[in-house]
Amino acid sequence: MGTKIAEPAWDPIDPDVDLHVPAQRRELARSHGGVLVVIAAGGGLGALARYGLGRAWPTPAGGFPWATFTVNVVGCLLIGVLMVLISEVGVAHPLARPFLGVGVLGGFTTFSTYADEVRDLLRPGSAPLAFGYLAGTVLGALLAVLAGVRLARAATGR
Amino acid sequence: MTAALVFLGAVIGAPLRYLTDRTVQARHDSVFPWGTLSVNVIGCLILGGLTGAALPSAVFSLLGTGFCGALTTYSTFGYETLRLVEQRSYFWAAMNVVISVIAGLGAALLGYTAVSAFLG
Repeated sequence: MGTKIAEPAWDPIDPDVDLHVPAQRRELARSHGGVLVVIAAGGGLGALARYGLGRAWPTPAGGFPWATFTVNVVGCLLIGVLMVLISEVGVAHPLARPFLGVGVLGGFTTFSTYADEVRDLLRPGSAPLAFGYLAGTVLGALLAVLAGVRLARAATGR
Repeated sequence: MTAALVFLGAVIGAPLRYLTDRTVQARHDSVFPWGTLSVNVIGCLILGGLTGAALPSAVFSLLGTGFCGALTTYSTFGYETLRLVEQRSYFWAAMNVVISVIAGLGAALLGYTAVSAFLG
C-alpha cells in the first residue's frame, strides 16, 4: 500500500505464469480470457516455425535430430533475453509475456518431441547417440538460457 | 493443409499448458515448477502413445506436432532451471533437470510401448 514497487520481492521462477506475482494471478480474469487468445495465437505461430524448420531439415532414421535440437536451444536463448526485458527492464506490454514467452517460444520449443526422439534412438546401434542427444540438449539449452540472460543484461547495462 | 493442422493443434495445446500450470500452482505452493513438469510429462506420455499408434500423418500433425509440441515446452523448463540456480536453489535446479528428463523419457517409453502392444 502506498509503495512505488509494483511487484513484490518474489522473483518469478516459472516464466509461463507465476501465481506469486499478483499481476499474473489476475491477468486471466482481468483480460476476460484475452490472455488465452494471445497465447493460442503465439503458440500456433511458434509451432508453425518449428514445423517449417523440421520440414527443411529432416532427421534421417537413426540420425541426430538437429532440427529439434536447434529449435530448443534457440528458444532457450530467446526466453533468456525476453524474460530479462520483461521482468528486469520492465518496459513490456502486459501481453508480451503471454504472447511471446508462453505462446511463441512455448509453442516453438518442445519437450515431448525431444523425449520421443530420445526414445526412438534408444535401440541397439544408436544408444550412444540417444544419450548424446539427451544430454546435449539439456546442456545446450541451459547454456543458451544463460547466454540469453547475460546478453540482455549486458545490453541493458544491468 | 498440414501446416494448418499443426497450427490448430498448437492453438489448443499452448493455452492448455498455461491453464494447467495455473491449476497446478493454485493447489501446490512451492518453489519447484510442478506445473511445467506436469504438462511436459503428460505431453510426453501422449506423444509416445501417438507415435505407437502409427497414425496417419495428418492426424499426427494435428495431435503430435501441433498439440503435444505446444503443450510441452523446453524454453520454460530451461529458464526455470536457470532461475533456480540464480536463487541458489541448486538442489531443486538439479532435481528439475533430472526429474523432467527421466519422467519425460519414461512417459514417452510407456506411452509408446503400451499403445503399440495394445494395437499390435
